[in-house]
Amino acid sequence: MTQTIAIVDYGMGNLHSVTKAFELVAGDDAKIILTADPAVVASADKVVFPGQGAMPDCMRELNESGLKQAVLDAAASKPFLGICVGAQLLFEHSEEGDMDCLGVFKGKVVKFKPENMIDAQGQKLKVPHMGWNEMFIKQPHPLWAGISDAERFYFVHSYHFAPDSDADTVIESAYPSRFAVAVARDNIFAIQCHPEKSHTPGLQLLKNFVHWKL
Amino acid sequence: MPLAKRIIPCLDVTAGRVVKGVNFLELRDAGDPVEIAKRYNDQGADELTFLDITASSDDRDLILHVIEAVASQVFIPLTVGGGVRKADDVRRLLNAGADKVSINTTAVSNPEVVEQAASRFGSQAIVVAIDAKATDASNSRWEVFTHGGRRATGLDAVEWALKMQQLGAGEILLTSMDRDGTKIGFNLPLTRAVSDAVDIPVIASGGVGNLQHLVDGVKQGHADAVLAASIFHFGEYSVRQAKEAMHAAGIEVRF
Repeated sequence: MTQTIAIVDYGMGNLHSVTKAFELVAGDDAKIILTADPAVVASADKVVFPGQGAMPDCMRELNESGLKQAVLDAAASKPFLGICVGAQLLFEHSEEGDMDCLGVFKGKVVKFKPENMIDAQGQKLKVPHMGWNEMFIKQPHPLWAGISDAERFYFVHSYHFAPDSDADTVIESAYPSRFAVAVARDNIFAIQCHPEKSHTPGLQLLKNFVHWKL
Repeated sequence: MPLAKRIIPCLDVTAGRVVKGVNFLELRDAGDPVEIAKRYNDQGADELTFLDITASSDDRDLILHVIEAVASQVFIPLTVGGGVRKADDVRRLLNAGADKVSINTTAVSNPEVVEQAASRFGSQAIVVAIDAKATDASNSRWEVFTHGGRRATGLDAVEWALKMQQLGAGEILLTSMDRDGTKIGFNLPLTRAVSDAVDIPVIASGGVGNLQHLVDGVKQGHADAVLAASIFHFGEYSVRQAKEAMHAAGIEVRF
């Protein structure tokens, strides 16, 4: 039977690209289902948890949509990919809106500190961190198979997750200081940037998720 | 090592087709948007910007089909501008597959649309396009124009950019009306004044005639990204060549 991959639609952001990108890389190997139904999320073989916009809005929509428990259950039990705000929501607390999140990973979501935002040439670094930045491998992971060290992915965000320990940090980037951009533990992989907008290496990551076996 | 400076080809779209023209005269059909988007994507474009120049409101929805088709096949960020009047227009473009929507004339006539759109869809999705023209020959102050550069607003471009940042814009697309179509290079003092004033990224636009102009936009204009149309459309240079020139000048680019 073909596996199913549920993309959780809780009303936050453009899910067209992430759906199309998964359909492209999955081919006949998986059925991609964009869904707002907790039962579909519960029965899917794998779950993708995206998110865009302000974190407090995302958290509110997640609560009101009735999808929160289905997301938590999936994160505890099956291959699970958090993207951007979907990844941030997996941490314990966010500075954006000073609110509690899902607490799957220890740590908090913080803003880029204005006083740090100067590059080596003394030029101001802008926030949002927007554009293509390098991905440095800290720990090997099956979802990074076929993706080179220092490959560039597309970012757009003003806040980023800061794990309490680096035990789960798989990938780091630098802006200007090093920060965690992908964390993974058991069945969960969470990434700050947008693989669905990161051309060949981004599509490779999504393809690896389609073929990921725990 | 750091974040790459971006190169963004800009495509003019009318009635679902990409067109190109010189100084807005003699628009010619340049082809299928998906084919052209794929070509730039293959050359290494970092993003694509679509400007909807459709005159007739009957044909407005065609841009949605264009974006849907491109977003199904090209997996880099897409920005769409032109004719955005209300937050609901932003929603429809984002749902069609745009990552960012650019607001220009409406930002002046109705600034609350920028605020509403940024709070509903996030600052990362909202670009404010500013068309600016020098107030005198000293090229040290610039006024914002709307309606495709035809209408003066009395607004100072630097102050306006700061105001838009405050309302939630995530990026500024800055076009010099003095330079647009001239091929003599970006208005560097304008670009630098705006980019140094704001904390959000600034895309320089208007006046690119050769690859050194792109280098100057980043190094002297402090632009975070450079946008160009004609040098790419008419095949003078590929995006790859533009990146090689920027790399040779010591600018961080993505290959």
